[in-house]
Amino acid sequence: MSLAHLIKSFTLWEFVKAHWLTLKYFFKPKATINYPYEKNPLSPRFRGEHALRRYPSGEERCIACKLCEAVCPALAITIEAGPRADDGTRRTTRYEIDLFKCIFCGFCEESCPTDSIVETHVHEYHFDQRGQNILTKPKLLAIGDRLEAEIAERRGADAPYR
Amino acid sequence: MTEWFQGLMGFELGWFVATLILILLIALPLLLAVAMIIYADRKIWAAMALRRGPNVVGPLGLLQSFADGLKVFLQETIIPSSANRGLFLIAPIITFTVALIAWAVIPFGPGMVLADINVGLLYILAASSLGVYGVVIAGWASNSKYPFYSALRAAAQMVSYEVSIGFVLISVVLWAGTFNLSGIVEAQRGLYGFVNGFGFNPLLFPIAVVFLISAMAETARTPFDLTEAESELVAGYQTEYSSMSFALFWLGEYANVILMCALNAILFWGGWLPPLDWAPLYVIPGIFWFFLKILVFFFIFSWVKATVPRYRYDQLMRLGWKVFLPLSLLFVFLVSGFLMLTRYGAVS
Repeated sequence: MSLAHLIKSFTLWEFVKAHWLTLKYFFKPKATINYPYEKNPLSPRFRGEHALRRYPSGEERCIACKLCEAVCPALAITIEAGPRADDGTRRTTRYEIDLFKCIFCGFCEESCPTDSIVETHVHEYHFDQRGQNILTKPKLLAIGDRLEAEIAERRGADAPYR
Repeated sequence: MTEWFQGLMGFELGWFVATLILILLIALPLLLAVAMIIYADRKIWAAMALRRGPNVVGPLGLLQSFADGLKVFLQETIIPSSANRGLFLIAPIITFTVALIAWAVIPFGPGMVLADINVGLLYILAASSLGVYGVVIAGWASNSKYPFYSALRAAAQMVSYEVSIGFVLISVVLWAGTFNLSGIVEAQRGLYGFVNGFGFNPLLFPIAVVFLISAMAETARTPFDLTEAESELVAGYQTEYSSMSFALFWLGEYANVILMCALNAILFWGGWLPPLDWAPLYVIPGIFWFFLKILVFFFIFSWVKATVPRYRYDQLMRLGWKVFLPLSLLFVFLVSGFLMLTRYGAVS
């Protein structure tokens, strides 16, 4: 152990240097955004909570092809299909996404031939009761109805690059 | 005040009531201070990491600690089925109580002390050593492996650093010539005719640094927070705790931190005296100087927490036994030798 090393360690030189650095950082402007009041911009491709869309006529897009169920790597989607009572068209009788299983890969959206299942930009949601993690068909359709304008706008913004 | 109450309701009852009021006068503002200091700690830590820290609850997030406290009050106390029920519940109470009792001898200003006992420093040493019992009991009573490891670490760590703290205190006591904390503060008045504080003495400054670092080890603050090393031990001895019992650990821990800041201020930097022995500075009441010094030391504690990584356990032991122990022993020797030569006259 050289003399210089001894002096350095007994004057805590490295510690003083490190603390000088952190003191400088203490007065620097903050790097983080003020989150609940400020938000980062989201890409049109952002994959958040799911939604089922409808045609402008009000008819649901989903035709129960089950491609999303097949492609889902996390097996989060459960679909049961059958003829609809009034007109006999093939529709889903049950369409459920378990958000605990979902990994938000977006494969369901990619696979959908009718652009029915989409992932919205909503990422601020929570569950406070058991079972709320299961998005049932009425819930998915309701989300789609609520956010249709934004969903369409974001799909439109991304369309030239697809 | 004691005399007034004694005149009102008899000697013993008067003493009892007056002491009770004084205890509340110390304990309640202390708990409030702990809440604010937790907020300050988070804020300083965040600022050094270029984050914002709590800023939503109340103006500037000042009420964050109270919101956390409220949350904790409303939670359910979960006792693991295999835990030792009695000890499990009593451990946080021990930690919290012991963190508070040491404040009895801390002088906030001239004469402003609850118990002006003449062995105040020994009392502090005893009280701060008792603090580890809460941790050890908690670790054992939880009947879980990580709290148990944490308890073992805490016991060894406290023993190691208390040794060097003991020698540091001996040097201070030698210089001041008294164990009474008010006496120690008064002994620091007018060092070299213009400063107040043993820390300005080149012979005592190194042990002031040793004491500061040992104080961090004693309160298990960051470079020495082996007892609750998140990456290794989940939350250490607090792992199995929830709600109020967890909050009591938390409060006790920060009360201990403020106590150590106060001790740093009292033993080395002149307690309630202004840093310079200059008449206009005495206009400001001593208690403000004392609080200012506590805050400065708390900033240093937070600063260190925000800067340095955690020691490995063998490094912690090496620092305690192979660096601080010889160093503080050497300084006990130097200080007593210097005093022997200058103050008491060398023995021929």
